[in-house]
Amino acid sequence: MTPTQTPPDTPETTPQVEILPHGPDGIVLRLGLTPDAATLAAVGVLRQALETKALQGVTEIAGSLTSVFLRFDPGRTTRAALVDLARQIADQTDLARATLPAPARRWTIPVSLGGDHGPQFTDAARAAGLTESAARDVILSTPLRVLTIGFAPGLPYMGLLPPDWDIPRLSQITPNVPRGALVTAVRQLIVFTNPTPTGWLQIGQTAFLGFDPDRSPAMPLRAGDEIRFAPAFPSEIEALLADNPGGLGGARQEDLA
Amino acid sequence: MSARLTLHSAGAGVTVQDMGRPGALAQGLSRGGAADRLALIEAAALLTQPAPVAGVEMALMGAEVSVTAPMRIALTGALMQASLNGTPVPWNTTLLLTPGDRLRIGAVKAGVYGYLTPAGGIATPPVMGARATHLTAGIGRPLAAGDSLPLGEDPAPDTPPMALNPTDRLTGGTLRIMPGPQTGLFDATTRDRFHATAFTRAPTGNRQGVRLDQPGAAFGTTGGSLASDIIQPGDVQMTGDGVPYVLLSECQTMGGYPRIGTVIPADLPRVAQAAPGTDLRFIPVTVDEADALWTNEAAQLKALRKAVTPLRRDPHDIPDLLSYQLISGMIRGDEHDEKDPCR
Repeated sequence: MTPTQTPPDTPETTPQVEILPHGPDGIVLRLGLTPDAATLAAVGVLRQALETKALQGVTEIAGSLTSVFLRFDPGRTTRAALVDLARQIADQTDLARATLPAPARRWTIPVSLGGDHGPQFTDAARAAGLTESAARDVILSTPLRVLTIGFAPGLPYMGLLPPDWDIPRLSQITPNVPRGALVTAVRQLIVFTNPTPTGWLQIGQTAFLGFDPDRSPAMPLRAGDEIRFAPAFPSEIEALLADNPGGLGGARQEDLA
Repeated sequence: MSARLTLHSAGAGVTVQDMGRPGALAQGLSRGGAADRLALIEAAALLTQPAPVAGVEMALMGAEVSVTAPMRIALTGALMQASLNGTPVPWNTTLLLTPGDRLRIGAVKAGVYGYLTPAGGIATPPVMGARATHLTAGIGRPLAAGDSLPLGEDPAPDTPPMALNPTDRLTGGTLRIMPGPQTGLFDATTRDRFHATAFTRAPTGNRQGVRLDQPGAAFGTTGGSLASDIIQPGDVQMTGDGVPYVLLSECQTMGGYPRIGTVIPADLPRVAQAAPGTDLRFIPVTVDEADALWTNEAAQLKALRKAVTPLRRDPHDIPDLLSYQLISGMIRGDEHDEKDPCR
């Protein structure tokens, strides 16, 4: 689509695709610098569009919250050819009205919220302007998506929670949040794959291990998966942590495709 | 019984490394593998292998090893003290290790990461498609005295010892840096100052990356906070206080610090092998120049194979053993000066 064909009523927030170099074998398609809902949706749609095309010479595709990264084999294509191809695909993809592509899978992960398992749950609820009961309902009823996986192997960034949950990270770092902990900040949720120092608020505990190199698959979650948290008693999570076949902490996976 | 490599002692940073696990960025796993990839490619050239195999990476301090079956060993990367049954052996060569022999690799003399690569390759069970220890991800662990590793068979143990004049990369120097996705977040003045600054490799550093020190002001960006974005080895990121880190093999896959550019892969071994205190500088190259400098690792191996020559190691062939050792760095060369009572 050329600029003259752009509908005049296109909102100003339409994500624009910048194509930038990243190393001698990489390009980045960047849709923004901050992960607002429109940017996340555009990244999801563009990533799916790129993944479903057989792109000559492309060896790896990965997404962050705000961009899609393509690695290519310079022996099989050139940067210029790949940039042209990526630009065509971006132009053919409706990013203005993008919503996240429908999930292929849904995971239901048991979680114990608050109490000893979520020492900062009360603070998080207060920061979101909600009663604890209302905050519980939001965590357990919001249809969440894995927005990206990264930083550490299998570590899911999930969201988005409603705008009330745009809670800043704490300036005081909690030194050691346990593996499987559910934490929140900036409308997102993470289940830690290892004990981690963090400024995110610890609101619950799961027995879900997002990474186990000796398990197949080692990292079960994928970007785009739908996530539901199911309420569990603290004793149930403790029992799962003690006896955790496959390290999935009682999580169920359904194929939706 | 298949051959094994036994470690009788080991330094703190001794791990099994190969070329890593490419293609898992979307799952949050960086490629990992040898900190100095060129050293494993050089080992493959010396051992006439079709592709690099898993070897032992030794950070700053080596290991004492023996084998249960005859096995050629290549010694590459950082220059380290090495002796076979007490007799010094040269680096950047192969040697034949037979049962009963002790190969002792001591402290590093130049560089950081040395490599001991058996011709049969280390044959530990692959995890997620590779044998490389990935300390950040928690795959594998550092090796220790008493460890015994399975080895593949040496296809040609009778091959005479070979030698290779390595690509110089142990003493710092100039790093070519190409623009990346966030270079534009730094204003032109900051970028110019970065390119004009003489850095030293700081004491802080590991397989994830190394910190660089310099006496001047920090390198800040003009913008506000950034969403985490994909990072990769070679990226030069400025932490919150504007201090540069060059990312290496085991870097995380996403990070929120701004990155001023990417050191090209050809110069990354120079970063990995820069010991604390080593001088490093950056020289900007354009994207086109960086692309023109790219070569794939198979082509690198092919080229290096042509540079391998038979090792002249028979003492009768060497007119002056002492000067030979000087050339290969077995001694510093100034010991006589220190010990000379006449001075």
